[in-house]
Amino acid sequence: MADEVILLDYWPSAFGMRTRIALEEKDIKFDHREQDLFNKSQILLGMNPVHKKIPVLIHNGKPVCESLIQVEYIDETWPKGNSLLPSDPYQRAQAKFWGDFIDKKVSGPTWVLWGGKGEEQEAGKKEFIEVLKTLETELGDKTYFGGETFGYVDIALIGFYCWFDTYEKFANFSIEAECPKVIAWAKRCLKRESVAKSLPDSDKITKYVPELKKRLGME
Amino acid sequence: MAERSEEVKLLGMWASPFSRRVEIALTLKGLPYEFSEQDIANKSPLLLQSNPVHKMIPVLLHNGKPISESLVILEYIDDTWQHNQILPQDPYDKAIARFWARFVDEQIYVTAMKVVGKVGEERDAAVEATRDLLKLMEKELVGKDFLGGESLGFVDIVATLVAFWLMRTEEVVGVKVVPVEMFPEIHRWVKNLLDVDVIKKCIPPEDEHLNYIRARMDSLKLKSV
Repeated sequence: MADEVILLDYWPSAFGMRTRIALEEKDIKFDHREQDLFNKSQILLGMNPVHKKIPVLIHNGKPVCESLIQVEYIDETWPKGNSLLPSDPYQRAQAKFWGDFIDKKVSGPTWVLWGGKGEEQEAGKKEFIEVLKTLETELGDKTYFGGETFGYVDIALIGFYCWFDTYEKFANFSIEAECPKVIAWAKRCLKRESVAKSLPDSDKITKYVPELKKRLGME
Repeated sequence: MAERSEEVKLLGMWASPFSRRVEIALTLKGLPYEFSEQDIANKSPLLLQSNPVHKMIPVLLHNGKPISESLVILEYIDDTWQHNQILPQDPYDKAIARFWARFVDEQIYVTAMKVVGKVGEERDAAVEATRDLLKLMEKELVGKDFLGGESLGFVDIVATLVAFWLMRTEEVVGVKVVPVEMFPEIHRWVKNLLDVDVIKKCIPPEDEHLNYIRARMDSLKLKSV
């Protein structure tokens, strides 16, 4: 039976990128449907009535919401091919811990990096760097967060990388100066086809942000 | 079940819903464990060493190896001891269970905390917001004995936060956040939970718990003066 896989997405979303990467890693064909978040479609509202957010993965008509839940779902539903999570329960728990950390700690401060100013932005910068440093310590000298294999934690974090140029430009700082290992890790990830296919060019985002700020009334 | 030397220790706190849900899971699996009550105001070296990132309970130590974050711990327990499964087997059902667990922790809990932490108009707004979220949970329970279906599952264990923490604060706060007329399914579900021995055994004793909540609320008021 042919699988029907639809992804409701929004091209600059670091969360949507996670699901795109996971689908590409498993070589799953999917219908990628760009959503207008300022004018939400019936399908988006119908498939994610609780949060009304992207990404939404629709598999044979059934919706799965929340990007990391989607990554796990993809790994469990299509077990052949690249494993996204470790098979050992303890390693798997560690991966989920770090995925949860990234969800709770990375995205929060990023809003003020491109959208804020003054003290609020300075505080956001400090917080963001601290979080990246914690992740850098966890990465250590490994190729990827899981060791030699690209997986869940890398997928959870890498989407934010294409926003780094934007953060640096709007908040006036250098991420590489503070966290060189994270930058090196990101460049390794970008060598993977699934990541290169799923992340937009950094300058596309930098060019888009002023328009986004205007639409969000953030001027 | 294979016999192996297992050392399971839980760094927890008697009144924490996040700690108690781990105890429910361990008890459902019939796993012996050592409980170590932690003083949050004066964190032990073991806690700081076991969860250096968040420095929070609960932390499960399995043969000395730490696992933190209650939802991660619950899944770890289910992965490691595979009898009496807590999560559904089917990947889609699992994804739905994970979604609702996060909803309880990231939406209901965060909003409900404002009911306790605020007063006046801000509290009223928090009550309204909490009720809006609970209406979604109410819908999920229609035609089901438990959020997990016919029997207790992952989402029920996580949602004990609603049944035995949020609903208990009603007495202390003096506001019926979850009135039975508005939420008959939730009230029915709480009764079903209380019929389960493991739940009765693992939730904090009511009187002691209410006193604790009262004392915490009083100290919060003192802080804001």
